[in-house]
Amino acid sequence: MTSPVKALELKTRIFTAIVVLTNVLGNSFLSRGMQSVGELLSLSPLPYIRALFNPWVALGVSLLIVWLLSHMALLSWADLSYVLPVTSIAYVLVALVGRFLLHEHVSPARWVGITLIMAGVTLVGHTAPRTHTPQKRVVSV
Amino acid sequence: MKWILVSIIVLATTAGEVLQALGMRHHGEIHDFRPGALGRVASALAQSWHIMASIGAMAVSFFAFMSLISIAELSFAVPATAASYILETIFAKYMLKEHIGWKRWTGTLLVASGVVLLAVE
Repeated sequence: MTSPVKALELKTRIFTAIVVLTNVLGNSFLSRGMQSVGELLSLSPLPYIRALFNPWVALGVSLLIVWLLSHMALLSWADLSYVLPVTSIAYVLVALVGRFLLHEHVSPARWVGITLIMAGVTLVGHTAPRTHTPQKRVVSV
Repeated sequence: MKWILVSIIVLATTAGEVLQALGMRHHGEIHDFRPGALGRVASALAQSWHIMASIGAMAVSFFAFMSLISIAELSFAVPATAASYILETIFAKYMLKEHIGWKRWTGTLLVASGVVLLAVE
């Protein structure tokens, strides 16, 4: 039998991974699609709806919906002040994908940024995912 | 225009995530991931004004972000929104009553400064 604390940590890690991966892939596809859609500055919803017919934009938006739902599930038990820094490991993934798959140049300042984010994520990752007391259901005595 | 969009994104993201955390906190921990149980979660959340307002705020943030990346590089857009880390952590402490010890504060500040440095070419 696993202890409740271990189970909560495992669940938190699994959902953090889903949140991070859907965020990185969703934003990459969206960004790729937006490059072919062109400038989008409008208060009317029509140009945005038209953009959704671009397959990359549609794929990106679908992944971002999964991102939203898994983020909501994660926040049902974990602290916002835990989820926020820990899921920012996504920035590191974006930078590493840019460097090693797209062969983009990563400046020394960006490498420092990547290192700081990894240090920050490690530090927050060592705190308990939940510090608030879970709400008790009201029980009449 | 770039910076107007950045301010809209930071404010809407902070409002959206804090409201989302409040709504999910009220709902309570999700234990059961079977489709039927998740359907009941969805219908409960659809009746929560925190969650509905949070989705509205995140939609504003999302469309402002889409506009921003259509006129600016992604490498400008993403780091420019780092201010929301500090703002959200303050709300987490005072509104959501989370315990933010030195590890969490230091880690959050490291992450936010790292995100800003990612913008430096």
